[in-house]
Amino acid sequence: MRFIKERLIYLFTSTKGLILVAIAMIAMETAVWGMLSGPMAEMGVREIVIRLFGMDMLQAEREGRIIILYHSIAMAVVAIETYMITSILKMKPYYKVTINALITVGYIVTMIFGMGFAYFGHNWAFHGVYIFGLSIIFLAGVVLVIALWPWNKEYYQTDKTYARTKKGVDIERVAFFATGLTTLISALFGAVPGSFLGNGFQIFLAENIIRFPEKTTMQYSIIGHLHIMLALIAIMITLIIGRWLNFKGILHKIAMPLMILGTIVLNLGVWGVATPLEPIAHQIIYTGATPSMVAALLLLIWSWAKLIREGTALIEKPKFGQKVAALVRDPLKFGPTWQMLYMNFTTSFLGIFMAIRLDEIFRVWPAREERIELTGHWHALSAIIATIILLYYGDIIGLKGKIRQLYGWGIIFFSDLALAGVTIFEMKRLFISEAEQQPLVNILMYAIDIGLGSLLILLAIVMVWRLSDLFKKKGRWTEEKDQELTSEVAK
Amino acid sequence: MKRLILTLLLLLPVILSSCAPLDLNAPIPVFETGVDPNTWVKIPAGEFFSGQYDEIQTTDAYEMMVTDVTTLQYAAFLNEALAAGSIKILEDQVTGYYPGDEFHGVKHEERIDAGDYVFIPLNDPSQRIEFDGAQFTVQAGYENHPMTMVSWFGAWGYCGFYGYRLPTELEWEKAARGTDNRPFPWGDEILRENANFYASRDPFENMKTFGSRTSPVGFYNGNTYDGYVTLDSASIYGLYDMAGNVWQWTGNVYEGMHLRFMRGGSKDTYDMDLRIWVRNNATPTYFSPGVGFRCSRDNP
Repeated sequence: MRFIKERLIYLFTSTKGLILVAIAMIAMETAVWGMLSGPMAEMGVREIVIRLFGMDMLQAEREGRIIILYHSIAMAVVAIETYMITSILKMKPYYKVTINALITVGYIVTMIFGMGFAYFGHNWAFHGVYIFGLSIIFLAGVVLVIALWPWNKEYYQTDKTYARTKKGVDIERVAFFATGLTTLISALFGAVPGSFLGNGFQIFLAENIIRFPEKTTMQYSIIGHLHIMLALIAIMITLIIGRWLNFKGILHKIAMPLMILGTIVLNLGVWGVATPLEPIAHQIIYTGATPSMVAALLLLIWSWAKLIREGTALIEKPKFGQKVAALVRDPLKFGPTWQMLYMNFTTSFLGIFMAIRLDEIFRVWPAREERIELTGHWHALSAIIATIILLYYGDIIGLKGKIRQLYGWGIIFFSDLALAGVTIFEMKRLFISEAEQQPLVNILMYAIDIGLGSLLILLAIVMVWRLSDLFKKKGRWTEEKDQELTSEVAK
Repeated sequence: MKRLILTLLLLLPVILSSCAPLDLNAPIPVFETGVDPNTWVKIPAGEFFSGQYDEIQTTDAYEMMVTDVTTLQYAAFLNEALAAGSIKILEDQVTGYYPGDEFHGVKHEERIDAGDYVFIPLNDPSQRIEFDGAQFTVQAGYENHPMTMVSWFGAWGYCGFYGYRLPTELEWEKAARGTDNRPFPWGDEILRENANFYASRDPFENMKTFGSRTSPVGFYNGNTYDGYVTLDSASIYGLYDMAGNVWQWTGNVYEGMHLRFMRGGSKDTYDMDLRIWVRNNATPTYFSPGVGFRCSRDNP
């Protein structure tokens, strides 16, 4: 009994244990539900999985199922980010315990009962509990925003090398606060139409209505919600990575106000989609996205410069090759910002390119081709966020030496391979006809499947290792149960 | 790292095998389905469940072609229309006159003025209709396949030439669904033997080279073809290929949109796109090896 109790205390009360549980939950869900589509469906694995688990898959409910699936995974990701925030920022212990308890119960309930409702018959009690789970997560967010209140003198920044006001208000904390607060407001833009449209099944996927010139306010609201929530998750992980790497100095002082400005304007633009501001909403969104992306770029420049500086500290006049070697010597520290840069090739530049060539693409291509591009680009962004979390997680669990290199480079290489495949797949109509595309599609599918498959295997290895570690009396978990991320911030 | 490189090198032949030269004119199995594409089906007036969430809609009585228009039927139309002066050959394209649509200046709307528009391209390697300067003929083996590589204007032109019209989306949907709320024309679930869709392992596809190809109209009628067993997948009214094989142009011209809508999914889409309520759309000049049409007409 004590054996189980100790492990449960580690898994559900320590930051690192909570992150491990959430990653494991996502990994399990991805492993099972990933077999229901794409190549797995083509190979017939989908039917086996449906029979094996006794899933109830009505055709008319596919969109509703997918929305619940997305939400259950997203809530676990939000929980991971929340654990990181409560552990890496100063916060009253009362708040930390409350937030972590609420969000843990929230995402687990959301995941289990949401998926139970969506895929295993429609037990409406399950649906109610699923909504209850989402509500608890929202409540956790409210408490988090209260806990982050940056104008509490206790949290003032005394070190002048960080962004701060003259009075000492920690601008980075304001950025966390603004992101948290706008996330709560943006959640409502999904919750209200979600409730309005009923039971979670009389719903639509945004990519299927994007071309209709007339959309209802509720439809606009959902389109805005899904875009901004992903953007905010990305902004939050950027802030977390910055804190972990101990972002500071002049670039920090420039970046943090930009991040706050970008976040607020971006949100105003997206909320504007559901208001009479809709005709100019995109201009507002671009205006907001620009400072946010500049802030991320400043983090990248600062962190790469730091990696090079530290890696060449013992060399008097480092050559270019030595600088590059220093930059990439630690994939877990280099990887997150590299992935942010890579995101521009798979998501941002792609979106801008498509927008510039609107007359050749969206006004000509069939809707299905546009749907591939739309779903592809946000899957890519989600995957990049996931890999950044996993890279940070590699450091959190203390990977060292060769294992650290293999794990880090494995994540970077395989995810980037898959994402490159996805990007070319999205763009293929620009350079190949439908009739001639199959060989190219096959190559791209190899790249995507090898990339994602290897990534999942890598994750599975880590999860099996962590599971086996739990059976050891003095496993790594015993060290992790009292460790906080704030003590592991780079010097 | 060395092991990783070795593994990748071992995978290289697999990847390179995907780069085999593509023969778009590779031999295609020839099967007679026994379904006559010249027949029409009567659809009665009345209510039916429309869309994913069963909205009740009503149509008048009308008739619809039992299959998609075949390449043979379309070639015959081109020959007749050329003789009648209804179409022109312009720069490797067959074109025809369209009276234009009212322009409303809505965001993303493109102007469709009166004028000549492409019906079909003639120089595209996917085109199964050939023109020798005087006569349109069909590439051997494709006579009973659905006409593809045809624009919305080409589909509209065919139907109009014979006094028919493209079905409205509601007409198309009712013909596919009948009066219950089934997701597929034949019922609630889809199997590979029901329809021609992406990676459905039908006798016409080879996913290593040219990918998916069209199947003859009415192919999924319960017959067995050289050992390949199909399920009878006609709609409740007896229409074939209302799911899969080719997307089908429909006739609606919506205010503020130049885009035209297609229904039914195709050989190139996953089964989810074969659900009756799924819509696709494209500019009316768009043509593809996965898009065809059928006509409807008022009840005589």
